[in-house]
Amino acid sequence: MSTKAETLGTAPTEPRRIIGKRLEKKDALAKAQGRLPYAADFSASDMLYAKVVRSPYAVAAIAEINTESAKTVPGVRAVLTAKDIPHNSIVSRFGQSTDLGRQFEGTYRVLAEDQVRYYGEPVVLIAADSPEIAEKAAELIDVEYEPMPGVFTVQDAMKQGAPGVGGEKSNVVSHFEVRRGNVEEAFASADVIVENTYTVPMADHAYLEPESGMAWMDENGVLVIRVATQVIEHCYDIADILALSHSQVRVAGTWVGGGFGGKEDMTVEPYIAVLAWATKRPVKLTFTRQDSLIGHGKRHPFTMTYKTGVKRTGELVAVKAELIADAGAYVTLTPWVLLYATANACGPYEVPHVEISATAVLTNNCPSSAYRGFGAVQPNVAYESQMDELARQLGMGPVEFRRKNLIQQGSQLPHGHHYDRPVLADTVGSQVWEAIQARPLPSPRGDLRFGRGIAYSMTSYGRLMFLRDTSRCWIRLERDGTAVVRCGVPDIGGGQVSSLRFIVCEELGLGVDQVEVYNADSVLTPLAGTTTATRQLYMSGNATLAAAHELKRRLSEKAKSHLGPDIDRFAFEDGYIISQTDNRRVALSEIINECYHDGVEMYYEAQFNAPVVDIPTSAELNTPLFADYTFGAQAVDVAVDTKTGKVDVMRVVNGLDVGTVINRLNCEGQMEGGTVQNLGYALTEEVTAPDGIMTSTTFGEYLIPTTLDVPDIETIVIESGTGVGPYGAKGVGEPSCNGIAPAILNAIQDAVGIRVTSLPASPERVLSALQAL
Amino acid sequence: MTEKETPITLIVNGRTHRVFVSPSALLLNVLRDQLNVMGPKYGCGIGECGACSVLIDGELSLSCLTLAVSVMGHVITTVEAVVEDPVGKIVADKFLSHAAVQCGFCTPGMLVAATSLLQSERSPSEEDIRQHLRGNLCRCTGYAALVRSVQDAAESLDGEPDHEMRAGN
Ligand code: FES
Ligand code: FES
Repeated sequence: MSTKAETLGTAPTEPRRIIGKRLEKKDALAKAQGRLPYAADFSASDMLYAKVVRSPYAVAAIAEINTESAKTVPGVRAVLTAKDIPHNSIVSRFGQSTDLGRQFEGTYRVLAEDQVRYYGEPVVLIAADSPEIAEKAAELIDVEYEPMPGVFTVQDAMKQGAPGVGGEKSNVVSHFEVRRGNVEEAFASADVIVENTYTVPMADHAYLEPESGMAWMDENGVLVIRVATQVIEHCYDIADILALSHSQVRVAGTWVGGGFGGKEDMTVEPYIAVLAWATKRPVKLTFTRQDSLIGHGKRHPFTMTYKTGVKRTGELVAVKAELIADAGAYVTLTPWVLLYATANACGPYEVPHVEISATAVLTNNCPSSAYRGFGAVQPNVAYESQMDELARQLGMGPVEFRRKNLIQQGSQLPHGHHYDRPVLADTVGSQVWEAIQARPLPSPRGDLRFGRGIAYSMTSYGRLMFLRDTSRCWIRLERDGTAVVRCGVPDIGGGQVSSLRFIVCEELGLGVDQVEVYNADSVLTPLAGTTTATRQLYMSGNATLAAAHELKRRLSEKAKSHLGPDIDRFAFEDGYIISQTDNRRVALSEIINECYHDGVEMYYEAQFNAPVVDIPTSAELNTPLFADYTFGAQAVDVAVDTKTGKVDVMRVVNGLDVGTVINRLNCEGQMEGGTVQNLGYALTEEVTAPDGIMTSTTFGEYLIPTTLDVPDIETIVIESGTGVGPYGAKGVGEPSCNGIAPAILNAIQDAVGIRVTSLPASPERVLSALQAL
Repeated sequence: MTEKETPITLIVNGRTHRVFVSPSALLLNVLRDQLNVMGPKYGCGIGECGACSVLIDGELSLSCLTLAVSVMGHVITTVEAVVEDPVGKIVADKFLSHAAVQCGFCTPGMLVAATSLLQSERSPSEEDIRQHLRGNLCRCTGYAALVRSVQDAAESLDGEPDHEMRAGN
């Protein structure tokens, strides 16, 4: 197993002590020793245990809910239905402060009211003295359901007269378009046209930590929720649900045992909040694995019909695509995911004529919502399969063909963004291809055929610019020369907290043990926004950098009396401020003490505001949406067993232009993890729910990769220094997983000459495609 | 009120505890809820993820599938003690230096599993490592760093005198 790192592009102008090194995360030790507390590890002496009673039907009217016998069980402290909750249904704007209009709103419902829309929808909440009592009470809940017809495919949901999932006439909840030039004329001029329909399944995050939290009313009547979440700002949603003021709800986030977008929507928060508010006792809820798989939003299944035209010489002339997303039973984050998918539909390519139509439709399936790659991953499967087919038909190499079509600095993206940052996609792609070619493919043996494939990816980091995103960070310097950082960032395992620590160390010349970071509290730490959209390093990293810079400025002013007036030449290193003019130095702690003595504030809270654009005013997109993108390429070698249809991924090379590496260990770790997560998406993972009844509710049925399914992974880290994050960093978290699935499909094609167009590329699918040859 | 609870003796990380448990109580829950030993994690409850891994008389076991009454008097070792063991310490070190710990939720179980391998097999092949860890799911790391850390730990152990598992004995 090998890891290769390369540095290209703008080299850092000054040598860095910490940034870019292979650094251990401070939290890793406590995690390895089993000492780090996760949400499920907390308890209180007078705590109650919550239980969510879910619907056994996918679609049914609720005629009556009888909770009387459950309430009589000794030790049962509360049994609640929708009518017990002050605002059971709220208009969810998904953490946005700006009003973006109906297209970006949805209903959030704590408990089902007169109808259930999907299998497992919460109907009743119970709080009891023990989990066993809560379980027993749940068995005594008597709900009279009247099953109703539902729709379980987007095709059925879009039919005339289909049952309205959300009570409206149409099940279409979101629609976007991109139009450029004239695709029909362009296709007439094309030499080769490839048309395919691709389907990608509903997929689960399958983080190892099931959702968990505890809520209680504190001594001041403030509702406190300690929970594993990617979004502490859900305190405002909870306040709305319980008709409390915003200042009366506090979310204290814990270290999160994996998120990947699945802990972006509220998970247990509303249930424990409502029960703690009703009982005035601490209430704890940890989902079982089954609850987790049934109870949280999934990656959207998409059906994507692509028509791509190209000149004999290799230039793309037109892309026409229709994307249809299954939103599931509630809107949740669907409009955002669909918008991402629309903007990403052509990938990193210059296409003169484009027509994209993207539609999201409610069905009676489990709601779809955020998942790593957020609407960028699905179209990537389609457009990179198309690119591979076109290259084959033109007889061109995959890298050569893509090189002819990649966007450049200054290109106009189809959705109307004049992208004026450097694009190193070709550099990344060429190196990735070269690295995989360094070892020859084995020759066929027995039933095994071997193949090689590559896919490129372009993934935004940072939220949509019209959301007016912000983050804050507060730093205080102590008299002994150490620092305390407060920042609301939830750490979901991606090193979010340690990145901030390393930035402060780099800037102030401190050792990694001299900085403590406090995070993820909606009241006690400055709000940093969500740990989603690969935004924390970019947003909170920049806020941290700004706060550190302001403190450095103050310290430098004070240090003038020791080091002379030339503050631009002051360096902060190893606990000293050093004049690079004459190497005079003064201890950092001495200057800090002088500042304290003179009343100079040794703390600062900085806010970073992302660049903003106006809200799109029509379904047809014609404005920039994202500040920047990470470009990547992923190549794989596969072995296909022609007898069983089983595909084995033997090697992966994952390359990204990460801008600038903050922590090399962490950066490579993200890339390896992303690779394997989407290897599962490509080959084995699929949420199954015949007629809406989910059957993949254990790890025995929802198959994520194990040590035995995982190949050798090589990472190629390219540093262009051109990102919008601190030190020119780009985002890595989501880009890491993009590209893997189509690379695998392209390698299968290379091995056995079949184009698999539906994920997962399971043995059955591959075998039936082989038999159809 | 449900099942009759009986007093049993559990030896956990070298300490003897007397606890009252029902016949169906699972070791994972007794460790976490009654003994406040939080290293073993609940990831699935049915033996499919390895997050609850512990050693019972030195054997890698899933505490979510083990009845507490069935291990009365046996030596139970959790991650908290495994990391005090010389081999466990090296494995933990290597987990850190290879960044095999991301969210960390799988880590305690993974560390127990990896240590138990190196206790019995001092020079495992990559295939041995993958086979031994196949029941421990990790969703963050892609396993690459984990396998590298165990290989590296094996190399550091190579040539050193045999470490006996002390914790719990
Ligand atoms: S909790 Fe025991 S194997 Fe998953
Ligand atoms: S580090 Fe998150 S599951 Fe392994």
